[in-house]
Amino acid sequence: MILKVVMTVIQLENVSKKYRTANGELIAVKDVNLSVENGEIFGIIGYSGAGKSTLIRLLNGLEQPTSGKVIVNSQEISSIKGSALRNARQKISMIFQHFNLLWSRTVEENISFPLEIAGVSKSERQKKVLELVELVGLKGREKAYPSQLSGGQKQRVGIARALANSPEVLLCDEATSALDPETTDSILDLLVDINEKLGLTVVLITHEMHVIRKICHRVAVMEAGQVVENGDVLQVFQSPQANVTKRFVSQITDTNERKESIGQIIKNYPSGTLVKLLFVGSSTGQPVISHLSRELNLDVNIVHGNISQTKSGPYGTLIVQLDGNKDNVQKAVAYMNEHGVKTEVIENAE
Amino acid sequence: MLNDLFPNVDWEKMWEATQETLYMTGVATVFTFVIGLALGILLFLTSPQQLWANKLVSWLTGSIVNIFRSIPFIILVILLIPFTKLLLGSIRGPNAALPALIIGAAPFYARMVLIALKEIDKGVIEAARSMGAKTSTIIGKVLIPESLPALVSGITVTAIALVGYTAMAGVIGAGGLGTLAFLDGFQRSQSDVTFVATILILVVVFVIQFIGDFITTKIDKR
Repeated sequence: MILKVVMTVIQLENVSKKYRTANGELIAVKDVNLSVENGEIFGIIGYSGAGKSTLIRLLNGLEQPTSGKVIVNSQEISSIKGSALRNARQKISMIFQHFNLLWSRTVEENISFPLEIAGVSKSERQKKVLELVELVGLKGREKAYPSQLSGGQKQRVGIARALANSPEVLLCDEATSALDPETTDSILDLLVDINEKLGLTVVLITHEMHVIRKICHRVAVMEAGQVVENGDVLQVFQSPQANVTKRFVSQITDTNERKESIGQIIKNYPSGTLVKLLFVGSSTGQPVISHLSRELNLDVNIVHGNISQTKSGPYGTLIVQLDGNKDNVQKAVAYMNEHGVKTEVIENAE
Repeated sequence: MLNDLFPNVDWEKMWEATQETLYMTGVATVFTFVIGLALGILLFLTSPQQLWANKLVSWLTGSIVNIFRSIPFIILVILLIPFTKLLLGSIRGPNAALPALIIGAAPFYARMVLIALKEIDKGVIEAARSMGAKTSTIIGKVLIPESLPALVSGITVTAIALVGYTAMAGVIGAGGLGTLAFLDGFQRSQSDVTFVATILILVVVFVIQFIGDFITTKIDKR
């Protein structure tokens, strides 16, 4: 039996960050406690101004906390300085929303930059750069300058550069926010690939629920400098507690299109009972719907569906129209609840 | 043929003056580049929210730069006569012009360096910091290379201004085309000498501009 060793790579204890501004004190991060485990992809979601940018910069010492402790790779980042901090940073890489490549350097020279900082010899650098160019899929573009690359390619260079010194942790600062949806997905795939291949711990901040849903194992939701909710992605999806979380969850489930169509559905299906089914994780795999029609003799009509894949299983909603014996409809609802499908009766006809 | 057109021009003297102008401009440009760059980087790094943010140093450097930039060059030359004499033992000849030329041009160039450095994307500096770069690495591998086109076009403008300054330095007997045009051309009413000296100064300026533009385009990969 293989035991997966769970180790805490990042630990934040009562971390606060205050800024003094002309208009008084600004609290960017307030009393945050978080831990990120070895090898996981941890997402921090929040609207702009929620403090997530500051929070991620506390992890590599670009910002120092006003109070509290930041521990990364068993080093207290919040208390080290000078060369100790610089050496620690070589193992905590970062990629950025606007890529932040040096325009004066080619792709390979950009990737080589952190190696130069670490004092790696020229022949070693060339070897490593070659490997990384291959890993991020930029073979043949080594001699190009950033201005000759697309956004997605630039972020690939950013990722290769971040991986150069074989870091333990990769911080992603809105890494896909400047990219189109298709490129976003390809970059997210690359991040998952790296996470799995290299066992790298990834911490990302974003305002897009899509990013969390697609690649994160766990998520923390931030609002006004505080972490208001924190847990497995599916669990947070399933029963969002804070209002801000509910808003984020509805980003991917309640599209405007659907809100409109519910009205339309009620009009179009005047008979029977409309039930919203919420599938979370493994339950999606069970043939609950066919059971309803076979065993309970109900007509089941799927009127709307939206199931998406997340890192820890499928997640989504179905709206079905159940037509038949009233008792059996009740039984059906009970049956589904038993099998881990959350239900919500939208409209009872009659 | 040339002698008929410009009867008063002593070509050997003209060539010697050209060389003196080139010498003064060249040496002063090199020193201005080094001193101006250092001052500009200091101004940049000590400005608010930068790596060495320091109000006092920033204010002091800024004040010195502004004072020397504001003194009209012709007055600066005269003010610096005692200093030059102390430094070089003489106030005549091309070398005597150098202290004034450098002190006049370096603060001017420092301001241009500051402007060039401010144009650098803050994110790039942050990225270098996140990789664990030292400040000296950031200066050498980020600040200078990333602002190089602006630094080169700045030194081009400064070098051209220095050509003009060398002519003014003629008042302390610095030599060069400016002195020749003033003493032999204007004071002896030999307008052909003034004319030829002017043409040669123009050629020097055009050549500097051409070289500067060429290098700027060549290194700009944005």
